[in-house]
Amino acid sequence: MAVYLFYFLVFPGLIFAAVTGAFLSWFDRKITARVQFRKGPPLLQPFYDFFKLLLVKETILPKQGSPFIFLAAPVFALFGATMSAVFILLPLFNIKSGFSGDLLVIFYLLTIPSFSYVAGSLASGNPLASVGGSREMKLIISYEMTFLLVIAGVIMKSSQNFDLYSVISAQQVSSPFIGSISGVLLFIVAVFCIQAKLGLVPFDMAEAETEINSGAFIEYSGVPYALIKLTKYIMFLALPAFLTGLLLNGFNLHGINILWAVLKLTGVVLLLTLIRNTNPRLKIKQAVSFFMIWMNLIAVIAIVLAYFGY
Amino acid sequence: MSKKFLIPIGPYHPLQEEPELFKLYCDGEIVRDIKWETGYNHRGIEKLSESKTYDQVFFLVERICGICSTSHPFAFANAVEEIAAVEITDRTKYIRSIIGELERIHSHLLWVGLAGHFLGYNTVFMWAWKYREPILDLFEMITGNRNSYAMFKVGGVRRDIENRMIEPVTKILDDFKKKNDLLTGAVMDDPVIHARTKGVGVLSRQDIIDYAAVGPTARASGVAIDVRRDDPYAAYPLVNWKVITAEEGDVFAKAEVRLLEMYESISIIEQCLQGLRKEKEGDIQVKVNEIPEGIGTGRAEAPRGEVFHCVFSDGSNSPLRHKIRAPSYSNIATFKKSCIGQTISDATISLAAVDPCYCCTERLAAVYDSGSGRKLYNARELIGLSADRTSELRNKNDLK
Repeated sequence: MAVYLFYFLVFPGLIFAAVTGAFLSWFDRKITARVQFRKGPPLLQPFYDFFKLLLVKETILPKQGSPFIFLAAPVFALFGATMSAVFILLPLFNIKSGFSGDLLVIFYLLTIPSFSYVAGSLASGNPLASVGGSREMKLIISYEMTFLLVIAGVIMKSSQNFDLYSVISAQQVSSPFIGSISGVLLFIVAVFCIQAKLGLVPFDMAEAETEINSGAFIEYSGVPYALIKLTKYIMFLALPAFLTGLLLNGFNLHGINILWAVLKLTGVVLLLTLIRNTNPRLKIKQAVSFFMIWMNLIAVIAIVLAYFGY
Repeated sequence: MSKKFLIPIGPYHPLQEEPELFKLYCDGEIVRDIKWETGYNHRGIEKLSESKTYDQVFFLVERICGICSTSHPFAFANAVEEIAAVEITDRTKYIRSIIGELERIHSHLLWVGLAGHFLGYNTVFMWAWKYREPILDLFEMITGNRNSYAMFKVGGVRRDIENRMIEPVTKILDDFKKKNDLLTGAVMDDPVIHARTKGVGVLSRQDIIDYAAVGPTARASGVAIDVRRDDPYAAYPLVNWKVITAEEGDVFAKAEVRLLEMYESISIIEQCLQGLRKEKEGDIQVKVNEIPEGIGTGRAEAPRGEVFHCVFSDGSNSPLRHKIRAPSYSNIATFKKSCIGQTISDATISLAAVDPCYCCTERLAAVYDSGSGRKLYNARELIGLSADRTSELRNKNDLK
């Protein structure tokens, strides 16, 4: 029992994932700043942000709406993100092999933060938040199907293994899945799904600052907003790590290979950062058709190719 | 029947830098009606103007808008010179046009950056503003100020652009042209920008005429109105340039018009600099002894459209009545046409596309350290710092 609590709270769960994710989000912000001729934040800025919200800022509750759901949503989001980080990172660090079918559990756990944001924003009773919430909901509906297709493609490529550990070991025995046509296609689709899950440009319409004033999160302040920040840090580690496990043969933690693992993770984050810095925000309608038509099409083609062994 | 709800944009909102309130009455994502309230920034400039002398009014109208801070003095000078029947020298005309066109470049670049920001494309925002910096340096070199240049006076300009300045100015403009090519290419060829701006916020030719819109807003819908051509003033009749128009009337067309106008502005400045070589140095003002009784109107093409000043004089040293009309006043009325029926995402960029300017400035008197309460700089020291930078900039370009 104690060891599970350790997994959940310390390594690779809450504390480890949040700290690593915070550094990754710093990396994202620093690269963004350098691309835009700016200096960028100091290394510890994510922690300053978090502790300022947690300890200094006052928590204000909206007068209208439901305070219980409003406050419960960030907690649920944090739990979902932490659980998914544990299930993703345990097989990646070769600590525990997981169980058959954990890919689908991870898939469901990864959707919990997004659904919590929707619930929290609709509970706040703010018209701007309700627009943000409805956009987030449409976005979830459009990219979840695509993300599931990516996982299906990976399952197909790893000869019907339903757990992350076997997927990784299958790649480590032979070669990473990205080294094939279907693997490349799946990687492209997965990167866009992750971009949407993280709410980065071009899929940041749920919190579009210049349109609806941070939309879904407009009423959050103080401790609940600190939890949302923490959730975002954890997701910033969990999703790129999941992608590394699915298609880039995971981590190998022997000697110099640790550096290689870090490079893979930062490489994925760098790709996400560059996408978000070279695109304007899409409209929600465009995002829905982007995933529903084009990304689904590419994912299906990849699955068919994977079936024939390409 | 569906329930409409209100999405407020303002009084303080990341979309606009200035206080104003747009009320979008939405049905889901679709905007069904729009109302706006302005007047958060009223400063009584027309009334103030009546208590100032003609020389002081230039500094006052310059502060109507921080971005187009030359167009108002320009129009006011045209109006007063009409009353006094003054014919200014050619060198003055060239200098006035150079300042006016540099201002157009920096204002359009500012808009391109902001439009990028409104679309969530912060890289364009930062790059456009980075490229705008040499233009502001150029202003500082010529006039001593990055903004609010204090160049105009009745019958002339306050500072000369000496002939030895022409070469460094041309060099900076050449460098800028390369960067502008890059930026224009990045904006005009980006498929995602096309997807976001084409067919959005369309204003037809008839809408422009109905709402009396001016400037790039009108020119993007195929209405070729430009005060510089229609009612020539300063050096514009002396140089070759053309009025840029586009037919589509959407947000992309407005961006296109502004980006291409910058090239025209560069060409006008280059020709004016050539013109300066022919004129005698220091021949920058005509002596005006008194302003007679009468009414004068002055127009100038600001980056956002036509600026109109009407001055009533009773023969004293200050205006009896001074009426100002800024271009955004007529441009913002077009929101009724461009925003209704669009989604919220489209409506916000349509609001920004006319480059609305609600006329604001802020002044700084002293800087205090919030911890110790110690005074860090007073106004005089800040001005000293600014002057140091100007001379540094001039030294860098071998001007004294």
